[in-house]
Amino acid sequence: MASADKVDPIHQFQINNIVPLHIGGFDVSFTNSALFMVVTVLLASGFLLLTTSGRALIPTRLQSVSEMSYEFVASMLRDAAGSHGMKFFPLVFSLFMFVLTANLLGLFPYFFTVTTHIIVTFALAALVICTVILYGFYKHGFGFLKLFVPSGVPGILLPLVVAIEVISFLSRPISLSVRLFANMLAGHITLKVFAGFVVTLTSMGAVGIAGAILPLIMTVAITALEILVAFLQAYVFAVLTCMYLNDAVHPGGH
Amino acid sequence: MFVTPAYAEEAAPAAAGDHAAQGETHAGTEVPAEGGHGGGTFPPFNPATFSSQIFWLIITFGLFYLFLKKVVMPRLGGILEVRSNRIAQDLDQAAKLKSEADAAVAAYEQELAEAKANANTIGQKARDEAKAEAEVARKGVEAGLEKKLVEAEERITAIKTSAMKDVGSIAETTASAILESLVGKSDKAEVVAAVKAAR
Repeated sequence: MASADKVDPIHQFQINNIVPLHIGGFDVSFTNSALFMVVTVLLASGFLLLTTSGRALIPTRLQSVSEMSYEFVASMLRDAAGSHGMKFFPLVFSLFMFVLTANLLGLFPYFFTVTTHIIVTFALAALVICTVILYGFYKHGFGFLKLFVPSGVPGILLPLVVAIEVISFLSRPISLSVRLFANMLAGHITLKVFAGFVVTLTSMGAVGIAGAILPLIMTVAITALEILVAFLQAYVFAVLTCMYLNDAVHPGGH
Repeated sequence: MFVTPAYAEEAAPAAAGDHAAQGETHAGTEVPAEGGHGGGTFPPFNPATFSSQIFWLIITFGLFYLFLKKVVMPRLGGILEVRSNRIAQDLDQAAKLKSEADAAVAAYEQELAEAKANANTIGQKARDEAKAEAEVARKGVEAGLEKKLVEAEERITAIKTSAMKDVGSIAETTASAILESLVGKSDKAEVVAAVKAAR
């Protein structure tokens, strides 16, 4: 690809040290990724805090946005896991706001996207699955294992069904993390590649500039699509979290 | 990427494998910041960066979680609860006012019906009284007329009887006068008898 010489679509995912730091033999340097985690958290917290500081009975527009996100996640969790699941509301709400803010923040040019790193999405998915497992065993003891034994299955098929259920449970953290990671990664690479075409073509004179119009339009369109994907992936992550938490709250009945 | 160009330049060779083709542009820059481990891989799969990302994710997300749980969510929940209480209160008040208005309308209608009934009875009474008075007056007039009629009839009868009484004497006088002029004399007793027979 000709543009690769000038624009490397992978370069945007590079992690760079800002403050090198080592604790107990582990590299915990403050990197651009850490910087954007901090920015994400500050931005989301600041937005939620400042927009609700008026505590207006009739909300302002921005207060409505905060209230809508709160009620959106609340109804999502209540629909999926019932009223017993509401004890996980802070977790789901912080996951949703964190992923959404990180995804949207990453759409700004030159900004780093925290969720394009598999380790970040995997850590968040592992947090969800560990919560499910720990709460499931804490609340139901070994009754939590009923999750793997659907009722109404003939005895002969039972070992097979149980095996499938176990495999599907084990694949959850992977599918949850890879879905978010891959969507964000692919979107950012596509954007970069099309933007790279524009840069490469415009350097080729008048014909090139004319030819760059199409990739430019594509870049704009993909940016719009990526905004949708940013919302959608945060939503999907939160919805699946709710459904998995439902397993911890009600392991027997689906 | 949110870094100075210098950082980008010196970090790029960390993914040396992928970048072999364009490596020349970065050739000569110093050792990658991440050090030698991991060897040039696709950055998201570079295990050398995992520990620091997990470390900072735990710190940032942990603080974010605590902040939302302790500060933001109680506040948002409070705002929404106050609003729903206020709405319920306002709806109650509206229902109360409506029932009051309904009661007022009912009282008004009842009073109106009563007033109408009163008006009817008063009208009826007035009509009855007027009718009774008229009846009395009519009866008085009729009685007067009846009396006058009887008197008139009595007078007529009196006149008639007196007249009839006079008829005999007139007839006798006339008959005597006729007889005297015809015959030259008249017998009073015969004339009286003749007149009586003629009657």
